[in-house]
Amino acid sequence: MAQRYEIRFSGSGGQGLITAGIILAEAVAIVEGRHAAQSQSYGPEARGGASKSEVIISDEPIDYPKATKVNVCLAMTQEAADKYAGDIVSGGILLTDSDLVKNPPAGDFKHYQFPIIRTAKEQLGREIVANVLALGAIIALTEVVTRDSGEQAVLKRAPAAFKELNQKAYALGYETMKALMSAN
Amino acid sequence: MKKVALIQGNEACAQAAIYAGCRFFAGYPITPSSEIAEVLSRKLPEIGGTFIQMEDEIGAMAAVIGASLCGLKAMDATSGPGLSLKQELIGYACMAEIPCVLVNVMRGGPSTGMPTGPSQSDIMATRWGTHGDHATIAVAPASCQEIFSETVRAFNLAETYRLPVHILMDEIIAHMREKIVFPEEGELEVLNRAEPTVPPAAYKPFDASFGDVPPLAAMGSNYRYHVTGLNKAEDGFPTTKAALVDAEERRQLRKVDVAAVAKNEEYLLDDAEFVIVSFGVVSRSARFAINQLRNRGIRAGMLRPITLWPFPAQRVAEVAKNARAVIVPEMNLGQMIGEVERAVCGACPTRSILRVDGEPITPQQIIDEVEEVQHVL
Repeated sequence: MAQRYEIRFSGSGGQGLITAGIILAEAVAIVEGRHAAQSQSYGPEARGGASKSEVIISDEPIDYPKATKVNVCLAMTQEAADKYAGDIVSGGILLTDSDLVKNPPAGDFKHYQFPIIRTAKEQLGREIVANVLALGAIIALTEVVTRDSGEQAVLKRAPAAFKELNQKAYALGYETMKALMSAN
Repeated sequence: MKKVALIQGNEACAQAAIYAGCRFFAGYPITPSSEIAEVLSRKLPEIGGTFIQMEDEIGAMAAVIGASLCGLKAMDATSGPGLSLKQELIGYACMAEIPCVLVNVMRGGPSTGMPTGPSQSDIMATRWGTHGDHATIAVAPASCQEIFSETVRAFNLAETYRLPVHILMDEIIAHMREKIVFPEEGELEVLNRAEPTVPPAAYKPFDASFGDVPPLAAMGSNYRYHVTGLNKAEDGFPTTKAALVDAEERRQLRKVDVAAVAKNEEYLLDDAEFVIVSFGVVSRSARFAINQLRNRGIRAGMLRPITLWPFPAQRVAEVAKNARAVIVPEMNLGQMIGEVERAVCGACPTRSILRVDGEPITPQQIIDEVEEVQHVL
């Protein structure tokens, strides 16, 4: 693991991306006992508008808690992709929802896409777990924590009645991403 | 094994208040401090404490003062607009020497400013917001773990000195989530106010023969006394006698032991040519910048006041003697720089990095400034 690794979850308010960031930070800091700082930009609106959540990961204590050069960026809306992909480090990765980001921004980074929200809706019947599905994909893509650590963190946070659904969403995201990576 | 969690700075503050023995919170929730009230509204009733949401910020501060006078450790949390409203009562607590803790998660200003943006623009409002001469103690943590320990220390200082103590935070550290290792009971020092030992009839609330911080009796106990915002004699009743007023005013300033309250973090200062003075989230940008600058052979270091008031003027003066420049990044339009300049007193050049657009000062801004200064000076 590099000294400092930066992941940005972006989209619109209400998509659960701040929660996805918190779960990832818990997987790093609590399950794996390393260091993570999770922060978010937030506006007065509770829904809509561009929203981002950042997780800084390190084996050492984290000084600056916001992104400097984003290693991996998830964008769940066109607006977020346009606004936030520009900070991706050269050779970094952008993951987008292919239904919602019709014009993925170009740059010196790898781009992956799949219909994240539609996958959640069609295969799990619940759009609400798209954030956990995206988290599974991000962990598959980056391996910043093990698959198991991510799952533990998801289960720790999910309400009892929704543990199984979240577990499925996480696994589906993880496997969809791995399949996509091996296809490329 | 110790309890570990990933929590927000505001939650760490609320949990620490309970650890410190706080059993009364009154507030009027305001972004970006609201989570402190939210957490305490749930936790305090569970342990026999009281949470009350007042009609406004002024009422909240008044309730806190009343609860403290009745013997409880009491806290309020707000942001800049609330701080403005509370000034009269902060002065009252200073004059009547009533311990309490006031958290201010700063946002821009004046007036209602930018609720969701980070800021450090209340440094001077904290020191001088209320009129008249008065001692001010303010602590300024920079991480979730430190928010916990400094909140506990803030209560200790309030109870030790019979004074309102401020906790100054910015939106980033207040809302950021980091791992925190919860201290076990007894691990952090928890201090309580001195209570009177004399019989009730002999009690005087400001009897300086007991030292500069006389014992404070709880209202509702057998001890009866008078409380006023007017200059008072040792029995608590108003006075205009010159000698008494002068002695009391001077005692109220003198009672804070500046050396005992001082707390700084010093990072790579020993050989630093470029000294950065910063606190809160900006100190984390500074640390990042210093590491990068050191990699390029530039000897930068940081003095980070954790106790912001009283300002560590003496330490700043000492480190300035061997510095080529002292650089002050702060999220306002030039507040701490004034204190730094006063302390440096021309021993070396000073520079400001100022930002008030709702974005944090980045490590790159500090790196650029140091590199420029290096070429100019």
